[in-house]
Order: sequence, then structure tokens, then C-alpha cells
Amino acid sequence: MRKKKNWLVTSLLIIGTLLIFFPLYLTINIALKTPEEMAKPLLSLPDEWRFQNFLDAIEMTNFFQALSNSFIVTFSVVVLTVLTNSLVSYAIARNMHKKFYKGLFYYFVSAMFVPFPIIMLPLVRQTAIAGMDNLIGLIFLYIVFQLSFNVFIYVGYIKSIPVALEEAAVMDGASSWKIFWKVIFPLLSPMNATVAILTALYAWNDFMLPLVILTDPEDATLPLVQYIFQSEFSTNYNLAFASYLLALLPMIIVYLIAQKWIIGNVTRGAVK
Amino acid sequence: MKSRQRAFLLMTIPAVILFFIFHTFPLLQGILYSFTNWRGYGDWDFIGLSNYVNVFKDMRALNAYGFTFQFAIVSTVLVNIFSLLIALGLNANIKFQKTLRAVYFLPNILSILIVGFIFQFIFTIFLPQFSDALGIQALATNILGSPDHAWVGVVIMAVWQATAFNTILYLAGLQTVPEDVYEAAAIDGASPWKRFWKITFPLIAPFFTINMVLALKTFLMVFDHIIALTGGGPGYATESISVLIYRGGFEGGQFGYQSANAVIYFIVIVVLSIIQLRFLQNREVQQ
Repeated sequence: MRKKKNWLVTSLLIIGTLLIFFPLYLTINIALKTPEEMAKPLLSLPDEWRFQNFLDAIEMTNFFQALSNSFIVTFSVVVLTVLTNSLVSYAIARNMHKKFYKGLFYYFVSAMFVPFPIIMLPLVRQTAIAGMDNLIGLIFLYIVFQLSFNVFIYVGYIKSIPVALEEAAVMDGASSWKIFWKVIFPLLSPMNATVAILTALYAWNDFMLPLVILTDPEDATLPLVQYIFQSEFSTNYNLAFASYLLALLPMIIVYLIAQKWIIGNVTRGAVK
Repeated sequence: MKSRQRAFLLMTIPAVILFFIFHTFPLLQGILYSFTNWRGYGDWDFIGLSNYVNVFKDMRALNAYGFTFQFAIVSTVLVNIFSLLIALGLNANIKFQKTLRAVYFLPNILSILIVGFIFQFIFTIFLPQFSDALGIQALATNILGSPDHAWVGVVIMAVWQATAFNTILYLAGLQTVPEDVYEAAAIDGASPWKRFWKITFPLIAPFFTINMVLALKTFLMVFDHIIALTGGGPGYATESISVLIYRGGFEGGQFGYQSANAVIYFIVIVVLSIIQLRFLQNREVQQ
């Protein structure tokens, strides 16, 4: 028996999406207009699509450099975070009955309550002295800082995987490393996907860490570039919006392709 | 067995050392500097608790705390109301469910900073022009330019962006509620209102707890929103604690002083999170 579709709620939700689409519509619209058109009603469509704004924005902000920086950072952080954080969590999860590992668990997890500004000032000095005020340093810090949240969710998940699965491998004389990579890591796939998505969104969109850590403008990531060029954009909204749109576009495209998978995995992470 | 134990140690020790060097050690330094008059360069002396005493006398700091709390509390409440309503809607028997869900999650994937720049334009250019054209004078001023109302602009933008993530968490919670519970209630003739408060809400209470705690914590740390929308202005009207620590610490030569401010901020966040968890978890148990 199929119940009748609830059209009232459907309509309300569709009307609600206007609020989501409105700022995006405005962004696309302004990005395609000329400065002269800005005096006319802002919601009206452009007289003709001015793609020159995008070419100007690309040149002015050195877009492809920033895009490649953002991509390198996000990609490396996601891959290395999933590989390392899951391994650390595995060792902790399988030894939670021991004081030492239980202590480690609480050590990592309690760090979630430390607001970034308190470590920011000393950290920036420390990374500058160590020559880590670049993309490598940024990647490294993301991977280390993510531990606190990831240990929390990975350990919960690993505990639900029966130890019996490993015992057979132990009997065969497999090392803990081999067991992790051959038995446990594949079983973690759903959680790895969740962690990968959340990490990717964070690393791609984060502004504060690049702002304080990076010193060379060549290293700037996409959000940081928008900030750096803000003052020059202030006179030309069309150029600014073309640049914003370019910066948002890669993530929107990924989302359009993989939204089902992304939402599914974020949801799974929440239930666990 | 010994080699297994050694392997487990090798898996964790490097991570612990790195975490200590790049997280705990800066934290300890921050606490140490909070008792000094260090400007970020040059000589420094221990000055005891002076920095802490001064934070409580500093109008700019008190104002930052006032603004941050006001912003965080209002935004947390609004985000939770909207996201719960949207999640209930998305969980209903609706048409285009997958598409609608994808649209409502969209703001979460966008950079807060860039969304902030777009809203800055909406508030300063679009809304005044739009309301002028319609002849609504009340809305024709730029809300971000008003010291009394600029915070509302920050709340609107923050809620627009953050509702998406909490909606997904609530939706995940709602999907754990078995269908037959509702059917039983419907047969008993319970009204939808009663069904929500007596059945749905208690069952998703853990999700309510986590959403409230997460949202409050995120909003207390507000930074990107402020940089993009108001830069802390007009005056210091919308300067958040994070922004103040960043400005004072890096640009104002107040390394020691802002470290003390950061320690207070840290304590505030820990205390609030614990109170919130206790309070909300007690509710869960009672229901």
C-alpha cells in the first residue's frame, strides 16, 4: 500500500529552496553583468552574458595557481588523514581496556574543546621558525588537528567490528600491521568515506588556518585569495562575483556529481 | 604477543608526539604567555594575573564577549528550529525527496567566507536598492552599517549557511525512528502535534543534544562570517572573540594580553559545553 504523497509539505519545501537559490542566482547574475548594468534592477537578467569578467578574474587573482594549491592541500589531507587517523584509532580501539590507550583516547578527544585562537598565536611563531609557513606545513597541521575528531568517530566504529575477525589472522601469524591493512581497513570503508568527505569540505573551505600560517601569496588557497583581493574588488562587483563563482564552482560540480554519495555518508557518520 | 603490543605502540606514539608538539605545546605556551606582558617580540616579564584582571576591565573585550554570546545563542536556537522543521519536512512522504534533500544540504559545501562576501553585497547594495524600488523605506538602509542591528545581518548569514548541516543530522535521527511507532500512534488517534512531542522528539533527543552542543560551539568560534561581512564593525559592534584575539595578537602587539583572553575564552567554552551536555542529557533520561 503506497500512501498518498504529502503535497502541502512538498510545496512548502519547494518554496523554501528559493531562499537557498536566491544568493546563488544573484551571484551568477552579477558575475555576468557589466558595471554599467549595476544601476538597473539587480535581479533582472544581464543584457548579454559577459564572460570577460571570468577571464579578468582568472588573470587578476591568479585563479589556476590558487585552484591547484587548494586541490593539492585538500587531496593530500584527505588521503593522509584517512590512512593515518584510522590506524591510530585502530590501535586505541583495540586496547581501550588498558589505561594508557584509554588515556590517549581522552587526550585526543578532549582537544576538541580547545578553541583554535588559544593555540593560534604560539603555533604561528612555531611554524614560522620551523619553516612550515607553506603548503606542506598546512597539510601537515590539518592531518594532526583532525585526529581529535576522527579518533572519536573511528574508535566508536572500530569497537563495533568483532575482534573474532582478527583472531583467525592472528592464529595465522599475521602482524598487527597486516591485520589492519588487510582486514580492518577495508571494513572501515563506510567510515573512511564519511571522514574523507568531512575532511575534504573542511580543508577546501577553511580560511583561518591558511590565513595565519601561509606567508607567501603564491601559496594562497581559494578562500584566502578572495580575501586578499577583496580591497581591489570593492570597486568592481562584477569582477568580484565572477571570482567568487569560480572559487565556489569546483565544489559545486563535485557536489552535483556525487551528492547522493556525499549526503548518504554524512548521514551514516551521524547515526554512528 | 609482545610484537603485537610493539606494533600498537608504533601506530600511536608518532601521532601522540606530533599532536603534542603542534597542539598541546602551543596550548601550554599560550597559557604561559598569558601571565606575561609579551607583545609578540622583544623582552617580556611575568606580570601575574594582570592580563586576566584587565580583560574584565576592557570594554572592547567585554563587548566582544557580549556580541559573541548574543550571536551564538540566537543563531543556535534559530538553526535548530529551522533544521528540525526542514528535516521533518524532508522525512515526510514527499515528492522529489532526493532532490530537495540535495538542495537543502547545498549551503554546507560552500565556503563561509565567500558566502559572507555575497551576503555583504546583499545587505549593503541589493536590499537597499530593492526596497527603494519597492518604496519600503524601513528596509532601505544598510543593516550592516548600523551598530545596533549589524549583528542581525551576521545571524541571518550564519543561519543560512549552518542550517544545512544540522538538517542532515536531524534527518539521520528521524530515519532511526521506526515507521510502526507512528502507525500505532495514528491508530490511537494522536494528533500530529502530540505525536511529535511524545514520540518523535524523545526518540531523536540524542540528536537534539549533539546539534545544540555542536552549533553553539561552532558559533562561539565565529570568525569567517565577521571578516567577510563587517570586519567587526561598525566600530567594534560585531567584533567576535576570535577576531579580537586575531587582531590584538597579530596586529596589536598584545600577544600576552590576548593569550589571557584566549584562556578565558577556552574556559568559557569548556564550561558551557559541560553545562549544556549535562542539562540536555538529563532531559533525555527523564523522557
